[in-house]
Amino acid sequence: MAIQLTHFSAAVVFAFFASIVFGITQKNTKEEMMRYGAVLLCSVVIGIIAAGWAMALLRYLAGR
Amino acid sequence: MAENTQAQTLADTPLSSTAIIAPILGWLIPGAGHFMLKKWIRGALLSISAIAMFSLGLAMEGKIYSPNTGDILDMLGFVGDVGAGGLYILARMMDWGRGAIHLATADYGTKFIIVSGLLNVISAVDAYHIAIGKKQ
Repeated sequence: MAIQLTHFSAAVVFAFFASIVFGITQKNTKEEMMRYGAVLLCSVVIGIIAAGWAMALLRYLAGR
Repeated sequence: MAENTQAQTLADTPLSSTAIIAPILGWLIPGAGHFMLKKWIRGALLSISAIAMFSLGLAMEGKIYSPNTGDILDMLGFVGDVGAGGLYILARMMDWGRGAIHLATADYGTKFIIVSGLLNVISAVDAYHIAIGKKQ
């Protein structure tokens, strides 16, 4: 049984687990870990959406 | 000044058996290094993260690299995979992760498996830092 994820969902799942590990390993206190992990996850998700729109714009401009 | 003093203190401290065993155990079994140091929640989260990424990678029919001397990216892929420790050994023993080149998602799976290994190495290093007292 093969799981078929879209590029977006794969990137979000990837960011979720990476944020957990980086949050725990890069900070010292529980609060710092949670804040760092959340900021990292949000940054990556916003970056993915921004990159997606940038590529859509490039595609639109190339098609004109 | 305070950092220099702390670094000096750490350098003077003899390496304990915990500081050697924790990272090795953490590499072999994801999260086990933290469990050994009684960091239960951190260990569980790290364990779930590494195992979930590795399993998702396999479920997406990602490729498990074997030792090779071919392309540089293949060699680096092997280095990343080995970071998963016991999961990598199990996958090789069970002959999982043969890779499906006809599926686009299989390539994502391959990257998931490699990153799972790299994150596991970071976790093992974190266990070492806790064991030597550099981190709480």
